[in-house]
Amino acid sequence: MTNLTSLTIRQALDGLKKKDFTATELTEAHIKASEAARHLNCYITETFDHARKQAKESDARYASGRAGLLDGVPIAMKDLYCTEGIQTTAASKILEGFKPPYESTVSGNMFRDGAVMLGKANLDEFAMGSSNTTSAYGNVINPWRSEAEPDKQLVPGGSSGGSAAAVAARIAMGATGTDTGGSIRQPAAFCGITGIKPTYGRCSRFGIIAFASSLDQAGPFARTVEDCALLLQSMAGYDPKDSTSVDRPVPEYFKAVGQSVKGLKVGVPKEYRVEGANPEILALWDKGVAMMKDAGAEIVDVSLPHTKYALQTYYVIAPAECSSNLARYDGVRFGLRENTDNGNLNDMYEATRNAGFGKEVKRRILIGTYVLSAGYYDAYYNKARRVRKLIWQDFINAYQKCDVLLTPTAPTPAFAIGENTADPVTMYLNDIFTIPASMAGMPGMSLPVGLSADGLPLGLQLLGKPFEEETVFKAAGALEKAANFTALPQSLMDKAA
Amino acid sequence: MSIDINTVRKVAKLARIRTTDADAEVLSGELNNILSMIEQLNEVKTDGVEPMTSVIEMNLPARADEVTDGDMPDKILSCAPEKAAGFFVVPKVVE
Repeated sequence: MTNLTSLTIRQALDGLKKKDFTATELTEAHIKASEAARHLNCYITETFDHARKQAKESDARYASGRAGLLDGVPIAMKDLYCTEGIQTTAASKILEGFKPPYESTVSGNMFRDGAVMLGKANLDEFAMGSSNTTSAYGNVINPWRSEAEPDKQLVPGGSSGGSAAAVAARIAMGATGTDTGGSIRQPAAFCGITGIKPTYGRCSRFGIIAFASSLDQAGPFARTVEDCALLLQSMAGYDPKDSTSVDRPVPEYFKAVGQSVKGLKVGVPKEYRVEGANPEILALWDKGVAMMKDAGAEIVDVSLPHTKYALQTYYVIAPAECSSNLARYDGVRFGLRENTDNGNLNDMYEATRNAGFGKEVKRRILIGTYVLSAGYYDAYYNKARRVRKLIWQDFINAYQKCDVLLTPTAPTPAFAIGENTADPVTMYLNDIFTIPASMAGMPGMSLPVGLSADGLPLGLQLLGKPFEEETVFKAAGALEKAANFTALPQSLMDKAA
Repeated sequence: MSIDINTVRKVAKLARIRTTDADAEVLSGELNNILSMIEQLNEVKTDGVEPMTSVIEMNLPARADEVTDGDMPDKILSCAPEKAAGFFVVPKVVE
């Protein structure tokens, strides 16, 4: 039998329909692979028995001809999505043991379509981080290794690090992520896979543990553009339970993959060519531009003049919203509680939140509380919201001249665990290319286009107009075909050897 | 602006996070670094620009004012760290 863990989702769905294998066999193959890859620490909670039960139900649906869009496909679920009756931690100690009494809309949509959940994927605590090193449940290890320093363990990126590493390591066929400032696109680039953050409002945020509500958006990871399209089709859709969810029909995104990009206008924003940029990343970007041109696209130079202020804007707005959202963790209704000897209510709050939150989460709550406090609200918070409007306007202006934008996803390839930790700001710089589109709510996809000299995957990012994910998928499909990225993480090659 | 140790203590109090003096010292340095990055925003001219709240230009949807959910106290209390007789339990607040 073919190696079931190396199939794409599309190939697996075809195989299941043709009865080449069963959903149970497909799930068992991924459970076996997951057990063999436990050292990567992709899952906070493994849900293998749950997966076996779902796979059995899927087989029954195939037998009776009622299979759904993702029927029998084993996936990893970022542990930020509430799953009914299954521990959901947000990688925080403050939610250890929390079993939500309800299901998030997006995970519910995927189960409706027959997806099988292998486990709850590790992440940065409350999705705050770019390296999956702030999780209270340990670091995730990237399945890729540098050829120059093969003994060094690399980060998978973050915050959706467990999801991205699981898909790259072939222990899940796809995964869910969330992206607030780059948390899908940057780990996709670091792990050599594809991931898309759709337009803000495309997927419901109901039941996804909130970080920064005006930015948070759900999206999928997979190993091909088409697989991402299939997953997004299942995840997206209007939900009256989320007041920012947008009521528009969900297209069959996969149909856009493979369409010609002849005449498509691809914008290249000059502000992304930052001073001191990694030459390998710039060379890859040039290569990507040439590939799009060869495929028939028209290349247009554009300007996004406020790009250099996006990071600063983000580090006001995201912490402000986080400090407000995380006020709910008070030790009363759910999660951790630290009782104090003198029994004062405020002491209980303070002790609980000190014991339950990690360092990065505390920093962001404090920055957010500061910028929202009396006397600073206008100088910081309103100032940032004004600059945000200018960043958004930059994109609207650029899209007068082009259909999509092509940029690097991250400023470097994956770095070693422990690097970039001397100062929080150094770590924040990882997201300089992904944050602007987050601030503007635009859809963005990262896909692997080449390897660094050390053999690490490098990604490029395609950004689209609001709710024009199909154009992004079309462009990404053409770039994927031209790049023909077939490299595998070294850990998989070791196994094959 | 700079955040001294007393400001860290004050903000931590507002955020209800217990902070030791040693923590406050470290946080003061880290928060100042973040703040000096944020202050680059002062270079941007924003006169006459409306602060942006949401990237989606739409009115807040309203639904009919009727009960559509509820009657599940056991489910809601199932996650509580401490509960009694159908209530959440907190430390004594009234003497």
